[in-house]
Amino acid sequence: MEMENALRAPLRGQVVEKSRGSNGGPASGRKRSGREAMELCFHLLFLLCGVVAVAFVLFISIYLIVAGLPAIREIGLVNFLFGKTWAPTATTVEPSYGILPFILTSIYGTAGAVLIGVPIGLMTAIFLAKVAPPRAARIIKTAVELLAGIPSVVYGLVGMIVLVPAIRKAFGLSSGACLLAAIVVLAIMILPSIINVSETALRAVPQEYEEASLALGATEIETYFRVSLPAASSGVATAVVLGVGRAIGEAMAIIMVAGNVANMPGLFTSVRFLTTAIASEMSYAAYGSLQRNALYSIGLVLFLFIMLINVLLNVFIKNRKED
Amino acid sequence: MKKAFALLLTLALSASVLAGCGSSKTEQPTENNDTQAEQPAALSGSVATNGSTSMEKVIGALSEQFMADNSGVTVTYDATGSGAGIEAVSNGSADIGLSSRALKDEETASGLVGTTVALDGIAVIVNADSKVADLTVEQIAKIFTGEITDWSEVGGDAGAISCIGREAGSGIRDGFESITGTKDTCVLAQELTSTGAVIEAVAGNPNAIGYASLSAVEGKDTVKAVTVGGVACSEETVLDGSYEIQRPFVLVTKDGVALSAQAQAFFDFATSADANDLIRAAGAVPVAK
Repeated sequence: MEMENALRAPLRGQVVEKSRGSNGGPASGRKRSGREAMELCFHLLFLLCGVVAVAFVLFISIYLIVAGLPAIREIGLVNFLFGKTWAPTATTVEPSYGILPFILTSIYGTAGAVLIGVPIGLMTAIFLAKVAPPRAARIIKTAVELLAGIPSVVYGLVGMIVLVPAIRKAFGLSSGACLLAAIVVLAIMILPSIINVSETALRAVPQEYEEASLALGATEIETYFRVSLPAASSGVATAVVLGVGRAIGEAMAIIMVAGNVANMPGLFTSVRFLTTAIASEMSYAAYGSLQRNALYSIGLVLFLFIMLINVLLNVFIKNRKED
Repeated sequence: MKKAFALLLTLALSASVLAGCGSSKTEQPTENNDTQAEQPAALSGSVATNGSTSMEKVIGALSEQFMADNSGVTVTYDATGSGAGIEAVSNGSADIGLSSRALKDEETASGLVGTTVALDGIAVIVNADSKVADLTVEQIAKIFTGEITDWSEVGGDAGAISCIGREAGSGIRDGFESITGTKDTCVLAQELTSTGAVIEAVAGNPNAIGYASLSAVEGKDTVKAVTVGGVACSEETVLDGSYEIQRPFVLVTKDGVALSAQAQAFFDFATSADANDLIRAAGAVPVAK
């Protein structure tokens, strides 16, 4: 009886009231407030954990803005964002701090990786969720999960030893370390995240939708592409966001395969991403120098990019939901 | 059954974590009979060196000998590049910085002191299968600035030349570019962050040319060091100056900041004549008399 009352009354005060009222006695009252105290404690603990997460994001954002603005002010926003040469250690000429090559390289690299990775990932997810016989599905799922666990350095190593010479021989270039190698490595890296989340989303599509579609005469493939996939679209969009986030933030794997020269991007030119620009120079940029502050500004630009992509994709998801 | 097994496994793994603790060295020198003065109290602690990737073999040899002579001291070496090493000693995160170039004016002005411990030749390396065996400094400069783009122009098989260089803060890049006169004008196909990476890249690409420390290249058969103006890169030619492309190995310390006892002892050992044989064996040219 008390349990029912407790369940029916959502407000803590009401619960206390009702249980006090139904039982009276001071001893049971104390036991109840002891339990209430525990509840309160745990609620506070959960609140604290949530606040910690928000605090971290806020702290990182504020730190990046504070650290990144001085260099942008000194270099000039237009010169910084749209300058085509990055040469902060030049001694015979004026040092230049233009990061347009990095921005374009990151955009092209991520776009390329998503263009290759998303179709392959989606098809694999459909295969795993709908088409594959259970044993094959288990084997492939294990392989995908192993792929997700491989550290990015290993991807870079394999890319450097296998992929770069292969690209060099296949296209007759002088050096295989180029944007193409980075795109291939990034595509393979984002596959597991896309596959896992899309597969979960596809499995969550109610069977009634598919049965209805099949009953109306559609083939299985038509059903998957025209009914299941749109129904799972918010999950798929989440998968793409995850993939894009991983691709745009990757530094270690591509530092070994992309060549790291600050050129304007081209499919077969040696390029440097926003992430590798920070990683390659941070260790020796002197404290307080314009070069170090410019690296913080690159970090700020990267951060804003990721925020922008997340916001855009979330807006896209919301629009699809409302459709 | 499962629980017992899981518990056993956890205990075994935790025990193995603790196995790394403790600083006992199983090989104690039975007699300390080297020419160093006997220290009144045994040195202990750690010495943090940080910097040039070219100096890996030299620092490795020196620190191994020093740690064998002083069992309580641990010498650590972080291969981050000359620029990073200078920055590390400047902001206090390392005891001794390692630089494979002389200090710049603004670095000495900010209170850093460089002590040359050895000279090192910068070997210009090509793939072991390349036909090219000799290049002049002018040809090397033209290759790296992009004026010469095909191997056939310098005597090799036809193929587009791929220049492998180091990151902008690298000591060897600074030395190479100042001697060949290609500062800020190098057109590189790849900018890698360590000596080892350059050697690997050149070894894997028949069209590649790069530069690396003589000490790292000696004895490797996957890459070939070309003779510069007819002079092969070796310790003798570096010492008498006939091999043009060379630079100093410098130990960097901060003026006015006293080194810890063990760091000072390592510094003194490295710059003393006792270390000459070790430096020579590692492939560099000692300068201590």
